[in-house]
Amino acid sequence: MSGQGTQPGAERETREERRARELAAEKQVLAALERRFPGGAIEGSREICHKIWIDVSREALLDVLWYLRDDPDLLFKRFVDLTCVDYLKFPGHEGPRFGLLYNLYSLTRDAYARLKVWLDEDDLRVPTASEVYPAANWAEREVYDLYGVQFDGHPDLRRILMPDDYTGHPLRKDYPLRGRGERDSFPVLTRERS
Amino acid sequence: MGVNQPLDRALEREGFVTTTVKSMLGLLEKVINLGRKNAVWPYIFGTACCSIELMATMSSRYDLARFGAEVVRFSPRQADLLIVGGRVTLKMMPVLQRIWQQMPEPKWCISMGACASCGGVFDTYTMIQGVDKFVPVDIYIPGCPPRPENVVDALMMLQKKIEASKVLT
Repeated sequence: MSGQGTQPGAERETREERRARELAAEKQVLAALERRFPGGAIEGSREICHKIWIDVSREALLDVLWYLRDDPDLLFKRFVDLTCVDYLKFPGHEGPRFGLLYNLYSLTRDAYARLKVWLDEDDLRVPTASEVYPAANWAEREVYDLYGVQFDGHPDLRRILMPDDYTGHPLRKDYPLRGRGERDSFPVLTRERS
Repeated sequence: MGVNQPLDRALEREGFVTTTVKSMLGLLEKVINLGRKNAVWPYIFGTACCSIELMATMSSRYDLARFGAEVVRFSPRQADLLIVGGRVTLKMMPVLQRIWQQMPEPKWCISMGACASCGGVFDTYTMIQGVDKFVPVDIYIPGCPPRPENVVDALMMLQKKIEASKVLT
């Protein structure tokens, strides 16, 4: 088996070669985004462990997603993942508390795009990506369930993992690990009563 | 086993309970318990790796059929024994309680493994810390997961319990 993205019969690329190729592809994506959105839409970017993270402003998120998906040069057709990080009391962190992470993959370019949207605790709203990527529907429900982020325009924003009558968002860092007594709140069935 | 209490009392009230009747009732009870203990039909509430171990117990190497418990029912209405194998979460507990209520009398419950018995290592907001808090449990099986021999042992203990249960006297 030849490595992914190599020609049949070509030498199998090493790990370092693949890493460098992926990093170059991600830098091209970042350059394309900065060309297309010259204003404040792209708030910044960082290279962590040979991967590029792109900070996108909340207002420009949908435009960026549409562009990444439909531009014939990029074609990020695959929605890999959407998740959220709570940076409460994170060592060395300053600024907004929540970071929303979008992972996209382009099959034609064999490249990933990692977008990050920063959200303040008192304004946890973001436009839904489920029109751009239908696969984002349940991922957004999960983030809403566990972090309490509101996705404006989502067709069906309900809890997906926790019970419907659950209160609170348990993956936030200030939520007690053992819960708030939900796990002890069931009726007790004794042998006489059942 | 609420049905049987009035029979005993009614016989006593009518002056029917003589030594002969009592010994006959005891004999009948033995027959009933013999039937019950050798035809325990389990319902498997398997939510995690314990139920995989349970499959091994059911299959030919350990062969739970030797104890009359090979007929796994997939409806609680036809089962006598509820085997809770695995983690029970907040969302699953109402389901488990409904299943227990749907089972006809007489019924027994085995809590299999650390998670079902006490929550195991999952001491979190979504895990029930032992199903016995909300559902009556007869036998606990320790282990993570328990070996098939433990399950067989638990079934034999349950059989002893059934054998000793007072059905008529």
